[in-house]
Amino acid sequence: MNEDGTGDGRAVPGSQWYDADAGPLVRPYAMTGGRTKPGPSNVRFDLIALVVVEDDPPGPAEESLLGPEHRALLTLCRAETQSVAELAADADLPVGVVRVLLGDLLEAGFVKVSRPVPPAQLPDERILREVIDGLRAL
Amino acid sequence: MAYERSENTGAGGGVDATALALKILVAGGFGVGKTTLVGAVSEIRPLRTEERLSRAGEAVDDTGGVAQKTTTTVAMDFGRITIRSGLSLYLFGTPGQDRFWFLWDELSQGALGAVVLADTRRLEDCFPAVDYFEHRKIPFVVAVNCFAGARNYGAHEVSRALDLDRGTPVVLCDARDRDSGKEVLIRLVEYAGRMHTARLLDSVG
Ligand SMILES: Nc1nc2c(ncn2[C@@H]2O[C@H](COP(=O)(O)OP(=O)(O)OP(=O)(O)O)[C@@H](O)[C@H]2O)c(=O)[nH]1
Ligand SMILES: [Mg+2]
Repeated sequence: MNEDGTGDGRAVPGSQWYDADAGPLVRPYAMTGGRTKPGPSNVRFDLIALVVVEDDPPGPAEESLLGPEHRALLTLCRAETQSVAELAADADLPVGVVRVLLGDLLEAGFVKVSRPVPPAQLPDERILREVIDGLRAL
Repeated sequence: MAYERSENTGAGGGVDATALALKILVAGGFGVGKTTLVGAVSEIRPLRTEERLSRAGEAVDDTGGVAQKTTTTVAMDFGRITIRSGLSLYLFGTPGQDRFWFLWDELSQGALGAVVLADTRRLEDCFPAVDYFEHRKIPFVVAVNCFAGARNYGAHEVSRALDLDRGTPVVLCDARDRDSGKEVLIRLVEYAGRMHTARLLDSVG
């Protein structure tokens, strides 16, 4: 049921940070340099927070300094506005890792992350009506 | 791109995007059909989350020889239903074992509502989910997954057996069937809307 992460070829090639004692289950955090929390801004992105690319992102020079996972996420964001959960599923990375990587991208000015609107603040019931009609029409 | 709408602005203050994402949870006991339901109504994808075992509290994960293991991967069900550009429903289901309950604390934040799947052959399996959402005042419907071979109970009987608050909908469903699954979600959204209105009315007087 759960993938155990073994033999999935996802290990960072030639990764030096991989601590054999820690076992395969902590390996994904190697690509965040072992960080398990997003950077100084320390935001914890909601699973359904939407990630949008910045209108005026840093140039290609800075982008080329990003790691492959950062760039992979950026590519996904550019294709379509997506939630944190979708990015994790599409990039096949654990949510915790994606949160850290997105924190980096946010700080470097590559992306914006919208806080989801809590249902209690939904403007009106029109939205829910729309959802119901939309579900019927599926 | 998907952000050209301006109608919904105002809600949520500093939200700079007007796209709306609504979260619906799918809960219930082990093997009751959560993954099946999410897959029937949406394009399902596995979502991996890394969880520290310590966060799972007394979680009795039988780590056997690997006692030093500090992080475990939990695969959740995850599905998206696009209502229109800028309005999506996100469905989340977690594995049914008790030791994954801690996942709900994050998931339930800001959720529109929840579906609690039940199997009448072992109704007690959904008690923890019912308790959980009742305590947190998260609107939920109970969806009875009608497995073949299970005696057919009426929605009323199930409601009584679970001692549900009056008004909590009970829907009979077949988790494998798309239309049936859609109906469950529709009932939930309708109910969440009613609860929402009732609370607004309460708060103004
Ligand atoms: N006959 C019948 N079988 C079903 C129905 N719903 C699910 N199943 C089967 O029951 C089994 C368990 O369904 P899942 O959807 O994996 O259940 P789950 O709640 O996700 O299980 P966990 O994630 O392990 O807790 C699968 O073999 C399904 O094919 C149903 O409505 N009728
Ligand atoms: Mg499942």
